[in-house]
Amino acid sequence: MDPTIDPAFVRGLTQRRFSRRDLIRYAGVGAGALSLSSILAACGVKSSGGAAGSESTAAFDWASQSLHHQLNFANWPYYIDVSHGTHPTLDTFTQKTGIQVNYKPVINDNQAFYAKLKPSLEQGKPTGWDIVVITNGAQLSELIDNGWLIPLDLSQLPNFTANASPTIKNPTYDPGNKYTVAWQSGFTGIAYSPRATAALGREPNSLNDLFDPSVAGHVGMMSDNTELGSIGLLKLGIEPSTSTPDNWTQAAAVLQKQKDDGIPRGYFDQGYINQLENGNTWITQAWSGDVFIAQQSGYPELKFIVPNEGVMFWHDNMMIPVGAANPLDALTYMNYVYDPQVAALMANYIWYITPVPAAKPIVATLPGGKAVASSPLVFPDQAMLDKTHQYYVYKGTSDLDQWNNTFDPIITG
Amino acid sequence: MEQHLRSDHHGLKQKKARGRKRLAPYGLTGPGVLWLAIFFLIPMGAMLVLSLETRIPTVGFRNSGYQFTWHIGEYSTAWAQAHVQFVRSLWYGAIVTIVTLLAGYPAAYWIAFKGGHHKTTYLFLMLLPFFVSFVIRSLAWQFILSDDGIVISNLERLHILPQGFHILSTSIAVIAGIAYNSLPFMVLPLYVSLEKIDRNVVEAARDLYATPGQVFRKVILPLSIPGIFAGFLLTFIPAVGDYVNNDILGGPNTTMIGNVIQRAFLNDQNYPLASSLSFILMVGLLIGILIYARVLGTRQIEEYI
Repeated sequence: MDPTIDPAFVRGLTQRRFSRRDLIRYAGVGAGALSLSSILAACGVKSSGGAAGSESTAAFDWASQSLHHQLNFANWPYYIDVSHGTHPTLDTFTQKTGIQVNYKPVINDNQAFYAKLKPSLEQGKPTGWDIVVITNGAQLSELIDNGWLIPLDLSQLPNFTANASPTIKNPTYDPGNKYTVAWQSGFTGIAYSPRATAALGREPNSLNDLFDPSVAGHVGMMSDNTELGSIGLLKLGIEPSTSTPDNWTQAAAVLQKQKDDGIPRGYFDQGYINQLENGNTWITQAWSGDVFIAQQSGYPELKFIVPNEGVMFWHDNMMIPVGAANPLDALTYMNYVYDPQVAALMANYIWYITPVPAAKPIVATLPGGKAVASSPLVFPDQAMLDKTHQYYVYKGTSDLDQWNNTFDPIITG
Repeated sequence: MEQHLRSDHHGLKQKKARGRKRLAPYGLTGPGVLWLAIFFLIPMGAMLVLSLETRIPTVGFRNSGYQFTWHIGEYSTAWAQAHVQFVRSLWYGAIVTIVTLLAGYPAAYWIAFKGGHHKTTYLFLMLLPFFVSFVIRSLAWQFILSDDGIVISNLERLHILPQGFHILSTSIAVIAGIAYNSLPFMVLPLYVSLEKIDRNVVEAARDLYATPGQVFRKVILPLSIPGIFAGFLLTFIPAVGDYVNNDILGGPNTTMIGNVIQRAFLNDQNYPLASSLSFILMVGLLIGILIYARVLGTRQIEEYI
């Protein structure tokens, strides 16, 4: 990229006006039959997945693997560096290792993507992907519990061992990084426009501002029930990761009251940021990177804050599904992205939290990178990390059902 | 003798032809029946079975599958959780149908009677916007009608609308979105039925001193009822099941039954609940339509759908 052109400016020109993930997500509307077939498959193929227990994959034989110089990588849109239609870090990777990367930004939704993988995994067939990126949550737990992920050989990930942030090492959802390493992380906090400040008569600073009658009708809440429920818990001062079903009911009551009082404008998916940009919402639950991108692409007045109660800290993780054709190539790539140079190039584009803190001084030297390097939303300092909370880790299907049944009636009521 | 033989031969031929004639309807309806069986009856049956299943208890998230238990409790859960959305969806669907009928009838009438040589051009123009995916069109409406969008903000500036007015996230936005997207499904059958009306009949009514109003009420409208019926079916049923417009244009209190089903299927993977919700919706609609068809009569309708 021409270094004289601010990359942020270019992105502003080229990036979504509609929510980046929405279009592709709704493209599935036409292909409704597809999801139906997966549903039919789900009811037809009973418990065959249980047979492929985690024991069979625990003994994955890394020693006998060799490079196939091929890597099929499924990721989320706008989640890797782009320059002139190519991905420089992927090109460098190919030059260095000879591994051709088939990079496809096909993931728009954890649940929908998992629903596509599941029928193959249940039947013991390859999914076609060597690396997929999935957020910590129920789908990831399901993949791990069913033995549908190849355990990683950490001895072949020296960059991870040396450079990974302590925040993503040994996470609660995957103790010992047995199956996953982080791709990027992010915060769920509050974003707002100057209108919220005007309506409240001050800068927002608390989750209570999402419940304030003076911004009624202009509050964006998330339709993801994990995000919604967690905010309800945080508002009550309950730590989500250690919460109990009783706490969930309390949180649901608070959120239901918020709705009954006419305060939320709606429960939004990735489109929440457009709602804020278009002035429909003035204050909203938000993911840190999106706001940073919005600021750089024509909405400098939008702000992201860490409310007094703290933010939720989520992680998108790389993993190798069982049956992957090129596991060693995948492992090689995982090690590659934990190189600080590579991580810096990506961080300067992605604007979420890089898992490699050592990338910070390098980012500062990149074009347009000063603002990125100094942002606590990309390189959180300790003060920032002290304000983070972890999600509740669902213990199983019935646990998840209970959470769903507690919070869904608010969203679809 | 020869004659006898010949007539015998003739009879055989006739018999063969009659046999073929008897089989023809089955042959002709075969593909349709097969289609319905594969894509309607079998899925319907699968859904019914699924709605009566329960998840096999499991450890953690291990995939245990479902077992058939005749568990009908899912239906009462479904009704208790979603009866508001069921009623709301039917209500929205009804309003959408009326709105599209009121908007589509004059357009179809004008094209059919006054379109002259350019009927196809007008029809094409009518359909042109619908060459774009309906999701993108709804997203465009979201953009245009947003609080700071060109319409609302300018009308507020001119004091035509009160400050803080918004249209998105209301029932009106959702109904309007569905109505807009359904318009061609109303206009096309209406156009076909109006186009088919024998102009001599209209002439005759005029010759008998009927006023234009009387011509319309006593001749054109009754003759276009099959089109209205078909338009109703093609508009009402998809409108009740729609979930995209609410997703894009709706708010916290406009959730439709389609959204509830989508969430149960895709987000929560609660297949029995989602199946019972779908089954209630489909059976409810089917019964309603059968009654409707019975009342309006179906003989002519078949020509129009």
